[in-house]
Amino acid sequence: MQIAPPDFDRMFGALADATRRDIVRRAIDAEEGIVELAGHYPMSFAAVQKHVAILERAGLVTKERVGRRKVVRARLEGLRVARGLLDRYEELWRGRIGRMTELVAADTKETDR
Amino acid sequence: MTVTAVRKDPAALTMTLTAEFDATPERVWQLWADPRQLERWWGPPGYPATFTKHNLAPGSHVEYYMTTPEGETPRGYWDIVEAEPPRYLNIQDGFANEDGSPNTEMPTNEFRVTIEEVGAGRTRMSIVNTFPSTEAMELSLRDPDGYYVTLSAYSPHGLRA
Repeated sequence: MQIAPPDFDRMFGALADATRRDIVRRAIDAEEGIVELAGHYPMSFAAVQKHVAILERAGLVTKERVGRRKVVRARLEGLRVARGLLDRYEELWRGRIGRMTELVAADTKETDR
Repeated sequence: MTVTAVRKDPAALTMTLTAEFDATPERVWQLWADPRQLERWWGPPGYPATFTKHNLAPGSHVEYYMTTPEGETPRGYWDIVEAEPPRYLNIQDGFANEDGSPNTEMPTNEFRVTIEEVGAGRTRMSIVNTFPSTEAMELSLRDPDGYYVTLSAYSPHGLRA
């Protein structure tokens, strides 16, 4: 199966909003439809619907039929990109912590001398 | 390796990392507070950092640049949002222009540093890194910290050619 490459500009724009990030987080469980999602935020149903549409266009969520309901489900490929970036950041900080540890260890050696 | 835990939340664009050191909280704080020590760990190998203005008092503005293997010197700055020596730091890390002023067109990223004693001369430090967007995350990995290295890792996924 061929998956079209994600549109990163759209994805970045979609995740720049805190409500939309929260919707994505809830959509990982894929238990709620737009009506249920709208109950979590102090905004209109239409506004939540709009947020979901933006996330859908960005390839971060899809609407899926489960029985008679439609639930919003996160698309994991989209999240994987964010995850990959966080992995890079982890690597960067691990390097920093390693250098910090060496610096602290260096003064122990000096005291021993 | 002294890193004891890493937690990543891709939907919230947050990474939390915890590490332990055989040192007092004051010693760990010094790694941040003494610019000459900071220069020895902030930049990755091959990209040394030089701090030209450094003060961790709340409201202070810190300036630094990195030197890339190509001899370029991308600049960055920190805004010290909160500081409580030797226990807590909240820093906004951003890109700077040639003259050291903040480049307001570029996103910043926030990190919160908590330092606490865990007994027997050991200290735990946790870093909570929060990004306003994946774009900010990607940018801060590239520049000004000079992590051009990471670019190649993304090209297969089409993030950057």
